[in-house]
Amino acid sequence: MTDDDFQSHDHSHDHPEGSELSETQIRVRTLETILSEKGYTDPVALDRIVEAFETRIGPHIGARVVARAWTEPEFRERLFEDATEAVNSMGLSSPVGSHLIAAENTESTHNMVVCTLCSCYPWEVLGLPPGWYKSAAYRSRAVIDPKGVLAEFGVTLPADINIRVWDSTAETRFIVVPMRPEGTDGWDQQKLATLVTRDSMVGTGLAKNANEVAP
Amino acid sequence: MNSIHDMGGMHGFGPVVPEVNEPVFHEKWEGRVMALQRSLGVAGLWTIDMSRAAQEALPPQRYLAASYYERWLMGLEERVMQFDLVSPDEIETGHSLRPGPTLKRIFKPADADKMNRGNYARPSSASAIFAPGDRVRTTNINPVTHTRLPRYARDKVGVVEAVRGCHVFPDKVAIGEGEDPQWLYTLVFSGRELWGEEYDPSISVSIEAFEPYLRPE
Repeated sequence: MTDDDFQSHDHSHDHPEGSELSETQIRVRTLETILSEKGYTDPVALDRIVEAFETRIGPHIGARVVARAWTEPEFRERLFEDATEAVNSMGLSSPVGSHLIAAENTESTHNMVVCTLCSCYPWEVLGLPPGWYKSAAYRSRAVIDPKGVLAEFGVTLPADINIRVWDSTAETRFIVVPMRPEGTDGWDQQKLATLVTRDSMVGTGLAKNANEVAP
Repeated sequence: MNSIHDMGGMHGFGPVVPEVNEPVFHEKWEGRVMALQRSLGVAGLWTIDMSRAAQEALPPQRYLAASYYERWLMGLEERVMQFDLVSPDEIETGHSLRPGPTLKRIFKPADADKMNRGNYARPSSASAIFAPGDRVRTTNINPVTHTRLPRYARDKVGVVEAVRGCHVFPDKVAIGEGEDPQWLYTLVFSGRELWGEEYDPSISVSIEAFEPYLRPE
């Protein structure tokens, strides 16, 4: 099946290739066809939404925010004071809603974000959530066994560090600001951003070490 | 409602398995479902909490058997029929058979350049009862309808860390009783309060708690 087959709308419901489609694919195509025929949805708009989340809206945005917080004390202060305002001041194509909160990792506290009730995630700065974030395993265990979960991500923290888990039970959203790795003095924001992984901004990872990125 | 979506603290789901180089969508239909949901959202017919409530009402066996986007699809199919945008005979034939109600807004291609998540903050009619540092106890509620107070955090003592403003109250808006804005707090529990006195003292957990969930301790 090509992209065209799926997205064009002049095919009839009993398309000869229909038998090759899964039941779910047929249900989605049917729903989209009817909604488009009625003018409720615009196929081009749907293409653009998908494209936005496949290209423009992703963890590279959060990485820029973190790299800036690492290098500009004034921005860092604004970020922890009002992350929504600080992040929107960077002119994102998809502005965050009113309730972004930044949680700072320090020598004494490691932050980790979950949504036990559904899969709330800060789409505007991290894009769509990965499969593991939406999994029953993560949603159930992050609040009761965060150290076990971190170990499965290969993260071991110093024994004396406190772990704070944030359960996203309302429309507030969270981005973790990981600790800046050693050996990165003098790096510009663009280079620093390459150290900031998606998982480090959810709290299931740490920022990469300086020697893990190309010089 | 006390159903399977409220997973915090459950055992038995196995390890968390991250996927290396995971694509944004594993199958093309997932992207279409996400886009349909996002696109129809601007019509303002239903709210995010109504969508959540519909998923929570799925029988647990179905909830667990379905993937994230399959659950979205089930919810969408249900709601387009509930609001008469689509009829069962149209699903049957695969085409529009008659015009439907007019929507207040249609998502246009250019809207994808600047998608804005809804703002759930609302003006307050009273001042916040609690302040940072206050000790509070969560209520022991077990509504059969939607709530955002997870089971593991009911009837537990925590400390208010921050006041997040006044927000749409999910428990009311999900049952069609209006937005009923309530103060929202970040409430921190020690791991021991939640999981027992033998639990790791270095772990704490916060929830975002609406004022009606809280009592002074």
